[in-house]
Amino acid sequence: MILDSLVAPFANNAFMLNALLAGILVSIACGIVGTFVVLRGLAFIGDALAHGVLPGVALAMLLGLPGMLGAAAGALGMIFGIGFITRKSNLSADTAIGLLFVGMLALGVAIVSRSHAFSGDLVRILFGEILGIRGSELAMQLAATLAIAATAAVCYRPFLLLCFSPEQAEVSGFPPRRYHAIMLVMIALTVVVSFRTVGTLLVFGMLLAPAASASLFSRKITTMVLSASGIGALSVYLGLLASYHGNIAAGAAITLAASIIFFLLLTARQLLPAPAPHRHGSHGAAA
Amino acid sequence: MSGGGRPAAVAARDLCVGYQGETVVAGIGLRLEPGQVLALVGSNGSGKTTLLKTVAGLLAPISGSLEVLGGKPLASPGRVAYLGQFHPSSFMLPLRARDVVRMARFAAHGLFGRMTREDERAVVEAMTVMGVLDLAQAPLNALSGGQRQRVFLAQAFAREADLILLDEPAANLDGAARGIYRRFLRELTAAGRSVIVATHDIEEAAECDWTMLLAHRVVAYGPSAEILRQDALLATFGMVGRYQEGRIVIVEREHGHEGCDGDHHD
Repeated sequence: MILDSLVAPFANNAFMLNALLAGILVSIACGIVGTFVVLRGLAFIGDALAHGVLPGVALAMLLGLPGMLGAAAGALGMIFGIGFITRKSNLSADTAIGLLFVGMLALGVAIVSRSHAFSGDLVRILFGEILGIRGSELAMQLAATLAIAATAAVCYRPFLLLCFSPEQAEVSGFPPRRYHAIMLVMIALTVVVSFRTVGTLLVFGMLLAPAASASLFSRKITTMVLSASGIGALSVYLGLLASYHGNIAAGAAITLAASIIFFLLLTARQLLPAPAPHRHGSHGAAA
Repeated sequence: MSGGGRPAAVAARDLCVGYQGETVVAGIGLRLEPGQVLALVGSNGSGKTTLLKTVAGLLAPISGSLEVLGGKPLASPGRVAYLGQFHPSSFMLPLRARDVVRMARFAAHGLFGRMTREDERAVVEAMTVMGVLDLAQAPLNALSGGQRQRVFLAQAFAREADLILLDEPAANLDGAARGIYRRFLRELTAAGRSVIVATHDIEEAAECDWTMLLAHRVVAYGPSAEILRQDALLATFGMVGRYQEGRIVIVEREHGHEGCDGDHHD
Protein backbone atom coordinates (compact mmCIF):
# COMPACT_ATOMS: atom_id res chain seq x y z
CA MET A 1 0.00 0.00 0.00
CA ILE A 2 2.73 2.41 1.04
CA LEU A 3 4.95 1.02 -1.70
CA ASP A 4 2.15 1.74 -4.11
CA SER A 5 2.07 5.43 -3.26
CA LEU A 6 5.86 5.59 -3.67
CA VAL A 7 6.02 3.91 -7.07
CA ALA A 8 2.60 4.16 -8.69
CA PRO A 9 2.71 7.90 -9.48
CA PHE A 10 5.68 7.25 -11.76
CA ALA A 11 4.53 3.89 -13.12
CA ASN A 12 1.07 5.11 -14.08
CA ASN A 13 1.80 8.59 -15.40
CA ALA A 14 4.13 9.18 -18.33
CA PHE A 15 4.52 12.85 -17.38
CA MET A 16 5.72 11.84 -13.90
CA LEU A 17 8.21 9.35 -15.32
CA ASN A 18 9.53 11.95 -17.77
CA ALA A 19 9.82 14.42 -14.91
CA LEU A 20 11.78 11.91 -12.84
CA LEU A 21 14.16 11.10 -15.71
CA ALA A 22 14.67 14.79 -16.52
CA GLY A 23 15.25 15.52 -12.85
CA ILE A 24 17.82 12.76 -12.53
CA LEU A 25 19.72 14.08 -15.56
CA VAL A 26 19.67 17.58 -14.06
CA SER A 27 20.92 16.09 -10.79
CA ILE A 28 23.88 14.42 -12.45
CA ALA A 29 24.88 17.58 -14.34
CA CYS A 30 24.40 19.69 -11.20
CA GLY A 31 26.28 17.14 -9.07
CA ILE A 32 29.35 17.40 -11.29
CA VAL A 33 29.28 21.14 -11.89
CA GLY A 34 28.00 22.00 -8.40
CA THR A 35 30.96 20.21 -6.80
CA PHE A 36 33.38 22.60 -8.49
CA VAL A 37 31.08 25.59 -7.84
CA VAL A 38 31.13 24.79 -4.11
CA LEU A 39 34.85 23.96 -3.92
CA ARG A 40 35.93 27.04 -5.85
CA GLY A 41 33.46 29.39 -4.19
CA LEU A 42 31.73 30.25 -7.47
CA ALA A 43 28.24 30.29 -5.97
CA PHE A 44 27.59 33.93 -6.78
CA ILE A 45 28.64 33.59 -10.39
CA GLY A 46 26.47 30.47 -10.66
CA ASP A 47 23.52 32.41 -9.30
CA ALA A 48 24.18 35.27 -11.70
CA LEU A 49 24.38 32.91 -14.69
CA ALA A 50 21.14 31.28 -13.64
CA HIS A 51 19.40 34.65 -13.72
CA GLY A 52 21.38 36.08 -16.58
CA VAL A 53 19.70 33.68 -19.00
CA LEU A 54 16.29 35.25 -18.32
CA PRO A 55 16.37 38.03 -20.97
CA GLY A 56 17.63 35.54 -23.56
CA VAL A 57 14.81 33.13 -22.83
CA ALA A 58 12.25 35.94 -22.76
CA LEU A 59 13.43 37.34 -26.09
CA ALA A 60 13.43 33.88 -27.67
CA MET A 61 9.84 33.34 -26.49
CA LEU A 62 8.77 36.70 -27.86
CA LEU A 63 10.35 35.87 -31.24
CA GLY A 64 9.04 32.30 -31.26
CA LEU A 65 12.52 30.75 -31.10
CA PRO A 66 13.52 27.79 -28.89
CA GLY A 67 14.00 28.92 -25.28
CA MET A 68 17.29 27.04 -24.94
CA LEU A 69 18.81 29.07 -27.76
CA GLY A 70 17.92 32.27 -25.96
CA ALA A 71 19.21 30.89 -22.66
CA ALA A 72 22.54 30.02 -24.26
CA ALA A 73 22.84 33.53 -25.71
CA GLY A 74 21.99 35.06 -22.32
CA ALA A 75 24.58 32.94 -20.51
CA LEU A 76 27.31 33.74 -23.02
CA GLY A 77 26.49 37.44 -22.72
CA MET A 78 26.78 37.15 -18.97
CA ILE A 79 30.20 35.40 -19.08
CA PHE A 80 31.63 37.97 -21.50
CA GLY A 81 30.07 40.82 -19.54
CA ILE A 82 31.68 39.74 -16.25
CA GLY A 83 35.04 39.33 -17.94
CA PHE A 84 34.72 42.71 -19.64
CA ILE A 85 33.81 44.64 -16.46
CA THR A 86 36.52 43.03 -14.33
CA ARG A 87 39.16 43.68 -16.99
CA LYS A 88 38.17 47.24 -17.87
CA SER A 89 37.41 48.59 -14.40
CA ASN A 90 39.01 48.23 -11.02
CA LEU A 91 35.84 46.76 -9.60
CA SER A 92 35.95 43.37 -7.93
CA ALA A 93 34.35 40.40 -9.65
CA ASP A 94 31.58 40.49 -7.00
CA THR A 95 30.49 43.94 -8.05
CA ALA A 96 30.72 43.09 -11.75
CA ILE A 97 28.64 39.97 -11.24
CA GLY A 98 26.10 41.78 -9.06
CA LEU A 99 25.67 44.60 -11.57
CA LEU A 100 25.08 42.27 -14.50
CA PHE A 101 22.90 40.03 -12.39
CA VAL A 102 20.29 42.69 -11.58
CA GLY A 103 20.64 44.34 -14.97
CA MET A 104 19.93 41.10 -16.82
CA LEU A 105 17.09 40.18 -14.46
CA ALA A 106 15.47 43.58 -14.98
CA LEU A 107 15.94 43.32 -18.74
CA GLY A 108 14.32 39.89 -18.69
CA VAL A 109 11.31 41.09 -16.73
CA ALA A 110 11.02 44.13 -19.01
CA ILE A 111 10.96 41.92 -22.10
CA VAL A 112 8.50 39.46 -20.61
CA SER A 113 6.20 42.30 -19.57
CA ARG A 114 5.71 43.09 -23.29
CA SER A 115 4.17 39.67 -23.87
CA HIS A 116 0.45 38.99 -23.37
CA ALA A 117 0.72 36.26 -20.76
CA PHE A 118 3.21 38.11 -18.60
CA SER A 119 2.95 36.34 -15.25
CA GLY A 120 2.43 32.88 -16.72
CA ASP A 121 5.58 33.12 -18.86
CA LEU A 122 7.64 34.56 -16.05
CA VAL A 123 6.61 31.86 -13.62
CA ARG A 124 7.41 29.18 -16.20
CA ILE A 125 10.89 30.58 -16.81
CA LEU A 126 11.70 31.13 -13.16
CA PHE A 127 10.31 27.90 -11.78
CA GLY A 128 10.38 25.54 -14.73
CA GLU A 129 7.80 23.10 -15.97
CA ILE A 130 9.10 19.75 -14.93
CA LEU A 131 5.71 18.10 -15.36
CA GLY A 132 5.56 19.18 -19.01
CA ILE A 133 8.88 17.71 -20.19
CA ARG A 134 8.79 16.17 -23.67
CA GLY A 135 10.86 13.30 -25.07
CA SER A 136 12.91 15.58 -27.31
CA GLU A 137 13.87 17.69 -24.32
CA LEU A 138 14.96 14.58 -22.45
CA ALA A 139 17.25 13.66 -25.34
CA MET A 140 18.77 17.14 -25.33
CA GLN A 141 19.31 16.91 -21.60
CA LEU A 142 20.95 13.52 -21.89
CA ALA A 143 23.35 14.88 -24.52
CA ALA A 144 24.23 17.89 -22.36
CA THR A 145 24.75 15.77 -19.26
CA LEU A 146 27.06 13.44 -21.20
CA ALA A 147 28.99 16.43 -22.56
CA ILE A 148 29.39 17.84 -19.04
CA ALA A 149 30.54 14.49 -17.64
CA ALA A 150 33.03 14.03 -20.47
CA THR A 151 34.44 17.55 -20.03
CA ALA A 152 34.82 17.03 -16.29
CA ALA A 153 36.61 13.72 -16.89
CA VAL A 154 39.03 15.24 -19.41
CA CYS A 155 39.68 18.35 -17.29
CA TYR A 156 39.83 16.51 -13.97
CA ARG A 157 43.52 17.28 -13.32
CA PRO A 158 43.41 21.03 -14.08
CA PHE A 159 40.10 21.37 -12.22
CA LEU A 160 41.57 19.68 -9.16
CA LEU A 161 44.66 21.92 -9.32
CA LEU A 162 42.47 24.99 -9.80
CA CYS A 163 40.49 24.09 -6.65
CA PHE A 164 43.74 23.58 -4.75
CA SER A 165 45.52 26.70 -5.99
CA PRO A 166 45.35 28.52 -9.34
CA GLU A 167 49.12 29.11 -9.02
CA GLN A 168 49.77 25.37 -8.86
CA ALA A 169 47.61 24.92 -11.96
CA GLU A 170 49.66 27.54 -13.79
CA VAL A 171 53.08 26.15 -12.85
CA SER A 172 51.86 22.66 -13.76
CA GLY A 173 51.20 23.80 -17.31
CA PHE A 174 47.40 24.21 -17.08
CA PRO A 175 46.53 27.89 -17.69
CA PRO A 176 44.01 28.76 -14.94
CA ARG A 177 42.13 31.28 -17.11
CA ARG A 178 41.40 28.68 -19.75
CA TYR A 179 40.09 26.13 -17.28
CA HIS A 180 38.16 28.74 -15.33
CA ALA A 181 36.45 29.70 -18.60
CA ILE A 182 35.66 26.04 -19.32
CA MET A 183 34.15 25.77 -15.84
CA LEU A 184 31.96 28.82 -16.48
CA VAL A 185 30.76 27.36 -19.77
CA MET A 186 29.90 24.12 -17.93
CA ILE A 187 27.87 26.09 -15.36
CA ALA A 188 26.14 27.95 -18.19
CA LEU A 189 25.37 24.71 -20.05
CA THR A 190 23.91 23.19 -16.90
CA VAL A 191 21.70 26.22 -16.37
CA VAL A 192 20.63 26.30 -20.00
CA VAL A 193 19.54 22.68 -20.21
CA SER A 194 18.02 22.63 -16.72
CA PHE A 195 15.89 25.75 -16.84
CA ARG A 196 12.97 23.96 -18.47
CA THR A 197 13.01 21.39 -15.67
CA VAL A 198 13.49 23.35 -12.47
CA GLY A 199 13.57 26.93 -13.78
CA THR A 200 16.27 29.59 -13.69
CA LEU A 201 15.54 30.48 -10.08
CA LEU A 202 15.62 26.95 -8.73
CA VAL A 203 18.42 25.44 -10.83
CA PHE A 204 20.76 27.37 -8.59
CA GLY A 205 19.43 25.40 -5.62
CA MET A 206 20.14 22.13 -7.42
CA LEU A 207 23.63 23.35 -8.26
CA LEU A 208 24.43 24.25 -4.68
CA ALA A 209 22.43 22.22 -2.15
CA PRO A 210 23.37 18.63 -3.16
CA ALA A 211 27.06 19.53 -3.59
CA ALA A 212 27.10 21.37 -0.27
CA SER A 213 25.47 18.32 1.38
CA ALA A 214 28.05 16.02 -0.18
CA SER A 215 30.93 18.24 0.95
CA LEU A 216 29.90 17.64 4.57
CA PHE A 217 31.10 14.05 4.52
CA SER A 218 33.20 13.49 1.35
CA ARG A 219 36.93 12.86 1.59
CA LYS A 220 37.52 12.59 -2.13
CA ILE A 221 36.29 14.71 -5.03
CA THR A 222 34.94 11.71 -6.93
CA THR A 223 32.94 10.71 -3.83
CA MET A 224 31.63 14.25 -3.64
CA VAL A 225 30.50 14.27 -7.29
CA LEU A 226 28.79 10.88 -6.97
CA SER A 227 27.06 11.68 -3.69
CA ALA A 228 25.98 15.12 -4.89
CA SER A 229 24.37 13.50 -7.93
CA GLY A 230 22.72 10.87 -5.72
CA ILE A 231 21.42 13.43 -3.24
CA GLY A 232 20.11 15.52 -6.15
CA ALA A 233 18.30 12.52 -7.62
CA LEU A 234 16.81 11.68 -4.22
CA SER A 235 15.61 15.28 -3.89
CA VAL A 236 13.94 15.05 -7.31
CA TYR A 237 12.17 11.83 -6.34
CA LEU A 238 11.01 13.14 -2.94
CA GLY A 239 10.02 16.49 -4.43
CA LEU A 240 7.96 14.91 -7.20
CA LEU A 241 6.22 12.62 -4.70
CA ALA A 242 5.42 15.57 -2.44
CA SER A 243 4.18 17.49 -5.45
CA TYR A 244 1.98 14.59 -6.60
CA HIS A 245 0.45 13.75 -3.25
CA GLY A 246 0.42 17.21 -1.69
CA ASN A 247 -0.40 19.27 -4.76
CA ILE A 248 2.72 21.48 -4.37
CA ALA A 249 4.60 23.16 -7.24
CA ALA A 250 7.06 20.48 -8.40
CA GLY A 251 10.18 22.64 -8.98
CA ALA A 252 9.83 24.25 -5.56
CA ALA A 253 9.22 20.90 -3.84
CA ILE A 254 12.42 19.46 -5.38
CA THR A 255 14.61 22.39 -4.36
CA LEU A 256 13.02 22.41 -0.93
CA ALA A 257 13.82 18.69 -0.54
CA ALA A 258 17.46 19.35 -1.50
CA SER A 259 17.74 22.16 1.06
CA ILE A 260 16.10 20.09 3.82
CA ILE A 261 18.54 17.22 3.16
CA PHE A 262 21.44 19.66 3.57
CA PHE A 263 20.19 20.91 6.93
CA LEU A 264 19.46 17.37 8.13
CA LEU A 265 23.00 16.25 7.24
CA LEU A 266 24.51 19.34 8.84
CA THR A 267 22.55 18.71 12.05
CA ALA A 268 23.51 15.03 12.01
CA ARG A 269 27.15 15.98 11.67
CA GLN A 270 26.91 18.36 14.61
CA LEU A 271 25.31 15.68 16.77
CA LEU A 272 27.71 12.88 15.88
CA PRO A 273 31.04 12.87 17.73
CA ALA A 274 33.81 14.46 15.66
CA PRO A 275 36.64 12.13 14.57
CA ALA A 276 39.77 12.42 16.71
CA PRO A 277 42.41 14.79 15.29
CA HIS A 278 45.26 13.09 13.51
CA ARG A 279 48.16 11.99 15.64
CA HIS A 280 51.42 11.23 14.16
CA GLY A 281 53.95 8.83 15.60
CA SER A 282 57.36 9.66 14.19
CA HIS A 283 57.84 13.37 14.89
CA GLY A 284 54.90 14.34 17.07
CA ALA A 285 52.21 16.75 15.91
CA ALA A 286 53.63 20.09 14.84
CA ALA A 287 52.23 23.25 16.36
CA MET B 1 80.82 33.35 -14.27
CA SER B 2 80.74 29.94 -15.91
CA GLY B 3 79.43 29.68 -19.44
CA GLY B 4 78.81 26.98 -22.05
CA GLY B 5 77.87 23.36 -21.31
CA ARG B 6 74.67 22.91 -19.35
CA PRO B 7 72.44 25.96 -19.28
CA ALA B 8 72.12 27.76 -15.95
CA ALA B 9 69.09 26.83 -13.84
CA VAL B 10 68.20 30.51 -13.73
CA ALA B 11 69.89 33.39 -15.53
CA ALA B 12 68.62 36.95 -15.25
CA ARG B 13 70.08 40.17 -16.63
CA ASP B 14 68.86 43.64 -15.70
CA LEU B 15 65.56 42.04 -14.69
CA CYS B 16 62.77 44.25 -13.41
CA VAL B 17 59.95 42.50 -11.52
CA GLY B 18 56.62 43.77 -10.23
CA TYR B 19 52.84 43.59 -10.41
CA GLN B 20 50.70 45.05 -13.19
CA GLY B 21 53.45 47.25 -14.56
CA GLU B 22 54.46 48.58 -11.12
CA THR B 23 58.08 47.88 -10.33
CA VAL B 24 58.89 46.15 -7.04
CA VAL B 25 62.57 45.41 -7.66
CA ALA B 26 64.66 46.55 -10.65
CA GLY B 27 68.16 45.76 -11.87
CA ILE B 28 68.30 42.12 -10.82
CA GLY B 29 71.18 40.13 -12.23
CA LEU B 30 71.73 36.55 -11.15
CA ARG B 31 73.00 33.22 -12.37
CA LEU B 32 72.21 29.99 -10.57
CA GLU B 33 74.02 26.86 -11.71
CA PRO B 34 72.64 23.32 -11.42
CA GLY B 35 73.19 21.95 -7.92
CA GLN B 36 73.22 25.33 -6.19
CA VAL B 37 70.92 27.00 -3.68
CA LEU B 38 70.09 30.69 -3.66
CA ALA B 39 68.44 32.34 -0.65
CA LEU B 40 66.30 35.44 -1.16
CA VAL B 41 66.41 37.33 2.11
CA GLY B 42 64.37 40.37 3.05
CA SER B 43 61.49 41.55 5.19
CA ASN B 44 57.81 41.36 4.18
CA GLY B 45 57.13 43.30 0.99
CA SER B 46 60.81 43.46 0.03
CA GLY B 47 60.25 41.70 -3.31
CA LYS B 48 61.23 38.09 -2.46
CA THR B 49 57.86 36.63 -3.43
CA THR B 50 57.61 38.84 -6.53
CA LEU B 51 60.98 37.61 -7.81
CA LEU B 52 60.14 33.99 -6.99
CA LYS B 53 56.78 34.24 -8.80
CA THR B 54 58.46 35.80 -11.82
CA VAL B 55 60.96 32.92 -12.03
CA ALA B 56 58.04 30.47 -11.63
CA GLY B 57 56.28 32.18 -14.56
CA LEU B 58 53.33 33.39 -12.49
CA LEU B 59 54.25 37.03 -13.14
CA ALA B 60 55.61 38.40 -16.39
CA PRO B 61 58.91 40.29 -16.10
CA ILE B 62 58.42 44.04 -16.54
CA SER B 63 61.71 44.33 -18.43
CA GLY B 64 65.09 42.69 -18.78
CA SER B 65 65.90 39.10 -19.64
CA LEU B 66 65.11 35.95 -17.69
CA GLU B 67 65.94 32.39 -18.64
CA VAL B 68 64.77 29.39 -16.64
CA LEU B 69 66.43 26.04 -17.45
CA GLY B 70 67.58 27.48 -20.74
CA GLY B 71 64.12 28.61 -21.87
CA LYS B 72 61.31 30.96 -20.98
CA PRO B 73 59.68 30.64 -17.55
CA LEU B 74 56.83 28.05 -17.68
CA ALA B 75 58.34 26.47 -20.80
CA SER B 76 58.91 23.14 -19.03
CA PRO B 77 56.36 22.79 -16.22
CA GLY B 78 57.43 19.25 -15.33
CA ARG B 79 60.95 20.45 -14.47
CA VAL B 80 60.07 23.32 -12.13
CA ALA B 81 58.35 22.96 -8.74
CA TYR B 82 56.91 25.92 -6.87
CA LEU B 83 55.57 26.14 -3.34
CA GLY B 84 53.82 29.42 -2.56
CA GLN B 85 53.04 30.84 0.84
CA PHE B 86 49.27 30.58 1.03
CA HIS B 87 46.78 27.87 0.28
CA PRO B 88 43.66 29.59 1.53
CA SER B 89 41.16 27.30 -0.17
CA SER B 90 42.88 24.04 0.59
CA PHE B 91 41.28 23.75 4.02
CA MET B 92 37.85 22.68 2.88
CA LEU B 93 38.86 20.56 -0.08
CA PRO B 94 37.85 16.91 0.15
CA LEU B 95 41.37 15.65 -0.43
CA ARG B 96 43.60 13.21 1.38
CA ALA B 97 47.24 14.08 2.01
CA ARG B 98 48.24 11.58 -0.66
CA ASP B 99 45.97 13.20 -3.29
CA VAL B 100 47.68 16.54 -2.67
CA VAL B 101 51.13 15.06 -3.21
CA ARG B 102 49.99 13.16 -6.32
CA MET B 103 48.98 16.46 -7.95
CA ALA B 104 52.70 17.18 -8.29
CA ARG B 105 52.89 14.53 -11.00
CA PHE B 106 50.14 16.01 -13.22
CA ALA B 107 52.60 18.46 -14.79
CA ALA B 108 54.54 15.63 -16.41
CA HIS B 109 51.45 13.97 -17.90
CA GLY B 110 49.15 16.77 -19.08
CA LEU B 111 45.46 15.98 -19.49
CA PHE B 112 45.64 12.45 -20.79
CA GLY B 113 48.96 10.84 -19.82
CA ARG B 114 48.56 7.86 -17.52
CA MET B 115 50.06 7.91 -14.04
CA THR B 116 52.65 5.15 -13.74
CA ARG B 117 54.42 3.17 -11.03
CA GLU B 118 57.22 5.69 -11.31
CA ASP B 119 54.77 8.40 -10.20
CA GLU B 120 53.62 6.34 -7.23
CA ARG B 121 57.24 5.77 -6.23
CA ALA B 122 57.99 9.53 -6.37
CA VAL B 123 54.89 10.25 -4.24
CA VAL B 124 55.77 7.66 -1.60
CA GLU B 125 59.40 8.75 -1.54
CA ALA B 126 58.59 12.45 -1.05
CA MET B 127 56.06 11.65 1.68
CA THR B 128 58.58 9.39 3.39
CA VAL B 129 61.26 12.10 3.33
CA MET B 130 58.93 14.67 4.87
CA GLY B 131 57.68 12.13 7.43
CA VAL B 132 54.04 12.20 6.35
CA LEU B 133 53.64 8.77 4.80
CA ASP B 134 51.59 7.58 7.77
CA LEU B 135 49.21 10.47 7.14
CA ALA B 136 48.70 9.50 3.49
CA GLN B 137 45.02 8.59 3.92
CA ALA B 138 44.23 11.45 6.32
CA PRO B 139 41.95 14.21 5.04
CA LEU B 140 43.87 17.44 4.51
CA ASN B 141 41.54 19.43 6.76
CA ALA B 142 42.22 17.12 9.71
CA LEU B 143 45.95 17.94 9.70
CA SER B 144 47.69 20.54 11.86
CA GLY B 145 49.35 23.55 10.23
CA GLY B 146 52.79 21.99 10.50
CA GLN B 147 51.64 18.64 9.11
CA ARG B 148 49.94 20.39 6.23
CA GLN B 149 53.11 22.36 5.42
CA ARG B 150 55.06 19.09 5.34
CA VAL B 151 52.50 17.65 2.92
CA PHE B 152 52.89 20.74 0.72
CA LEU B 153 56.69 20.35 0.82
CA ALA B 154 56.30 16.69 -0.11
CA GLN B 155 54.20 17.89 -3.06
CA ALA B 156 56.99 20.21 -4.19
CA PHE B 157 59.59 17.44 -3.86
CA ALA B 158 57.45 14.76 -5.53
CA ARG B 159 57.69 16.58 -8.83
CA GLU B 160 61.41 15.67 -8.86
CA ALA B 161 62.04 18.95 -10.61
CA ASP B 162 65.38 20.37 -11.71
CA LEU B 163 64.51 23.75 -10.21
CA ILE B 164 62.62 24.05 -6.94
CA LEU B 165 61.20 27.41 -5.86
CA LEU B 166 60.12 27.66 -2.22
CA ASP B 167 58.48 30.67 -0.56
CA GLU B 168 59.15 30.63 3.20
CA PRO B 169 58.82 26.85 3.35
CA ALA B 170 60.03 26.48 6.94
CA ALA B 171 57.70 29.08 8.43
CA ASN B 172 55.21 26.55 9.84
CA LEU B 173 57.65 23.75 10.65
CA ASP B 174 58.82 22.69 14.08
CA GLY B 175 62.52 22.22 14.79
CA ALA B 176 62.63 18.53 13.87
CA ALA B 177 60.81 19.02 10.57
CA ARG B 178 63.03 21.99 9.75
CA GLY B 179 66.09 19.78 10.18
CA ILE B 180 64.64 17.11 7.88
CA TYR B 181 63.75 19.70 5.27
CA ARG B 182 67.25 21.25 5.27
CA ARG B 183 68.99 17.87 5.08
CA PHE B 184 66.80 16.95 2.14
CA LEU B 185 67.67 20.20 0.34
CA ARG B 186 71.34 19.27 0.60
CA GLU B 187 70.60 15.82 -0.86
CA LEU B 188 68.74 17.42 -3.75
CA THR B 189 71.55 19.79 -4.61
CA ALA B 190 74.07 16.97 -4.33
CA ALA B 191 71.99 15.29 -7.05
CA GLY B 192 72.38 18.37 -9.26
CA ARG B 193 69.04 20.08 -8.62
CA SER B 194 68.82 23.82 -7.99
CA VAL B 195 66.77 25.59 -5.35
CA ILE B 196 65.70 29.17 -4.75
CA VAL B 197 64.26 29.75 -1.29
CA ALA B 198 62.72 32.96 0.06
CA THR B 199 63.31 33.28 3.77
CA HIS B 200 63.49 35.60 6.78
CA ASP B 201 65.85 33.18 8.44
CA ILE B 202 69.49 34.31 8.28
CA GLU B 203 70.62 30.95 9.61
CA GLU B 204 68.89 29.16 6.72
CA ALA B 205 70.40 31.61 4.22
CA ALA B 206 73.88 31.00 5.68
CA GLU B 207 73.59 27.34 4.60
CA CYS B 208 72.86 28.31 0.98
CA ASP B 209 75.52 28.84 -1.69
CA TRP B 210 74.26 32.27 -2.67
CA THR B 211 72.27 34.98 -0.97
CA MET B 212 70.43 37.93 -2.42
CA LEU B 213 69.39 40.60 0.07
CA LEU B 214 66.30 42.46 -1.06
CA ALA B 215 64.67 45.66 0.18
CA HIS B 216 62.79 46.91 -2.88
CA ARG B 217 66.21 46.83 -4.52
CA VAL B 218 69.07 44.38 -4.61
CA VAL B 219 70.99 45.36 -1.50
CA ALA B 220 73.63 42.70 -2.03
CA TYR B 221 74.11 39.51 -4.00
CA GLY B 222 76.91 36.99 -3.81
CA PRO B 223 78.23 33.99 -1.87
CA SER B 224 76.30 33.74 1.41
CA ALA B 225 79.39 33.95 3.60
CA GLU B 226 80.33 37.31 2.05
CA ILE B 227 76.83 38.75 1.94
CA LEU B 228 75.41 38.03 5.36
CA ARG B 229 77.31 40.85 7.05
CA GLN B 230 75.91 43.30 9.55
CA ASP B 231 76.03 46.37 7.28
CA ALA B 232 74.14 44.61 4.49
CA LEU B 233 71.60 43.16 6.91
CA LEU B 234 71.13 46.63 8.37
CA ALA B 235 70.29 47.98 4.92
CA THR B 236 67.90 45.08 4.28
CA PHE B 237 65.95 44.96 7.51
CA GLY B 238 66.67 48.43 8.91
CA MET B 239 68.03 46.73 12.01
CA VAL B 240 70.30 43.94 13.12
CA GLY B 241 69.37 41.60 15.93
CA ARG B 242 71.40 39.17 17.95
CA TYR B 243 70.20 36.15 19.88
CA GLN B 244 71.08 36.71 23.49
CA GLU B 245 69.94 34.69 26.51
CA GLY B 246 66.87 33.40 24.70
CA ARG B 247 65.82 36.84 23.43
CA ILE B 248 66.46 38.76 20.25
CA VAL B 249 68.28 41.96 21.01
CA ILE B 250 68.42 44.76 18.48
CA VAL B 251 72.06 45.69 18.26
CA GLU B 252 71.89 48.26 15.53
CA ARG B 253 69.20 50.32 13.89
CA GLU B 254 69.23 52.28 10.64
CA HIS B 255 69.32 56.05 11.19
CA GLY B 256 67.97 58.17 8.38
CA HIS B 257 71.01 57.58 6.14
CA GLU B 258 70.79 55.40 3.04
CA GLY B 259 72.23 52.30 4.69
CA CYS B 260 75.01 50.41 3.03
CA ASP B 261 74.92 49.65 -0.64
CA GLY B 262 76.65 46.31 -0.24
CA ASP B 263 78.16 44.36 -3.10
CA HIS B 264 76.61 43.79 -6.45
CA HIS B 265 78.00 40.63 -7.96
CA ASP B 266 76.46 40.05 -11.36
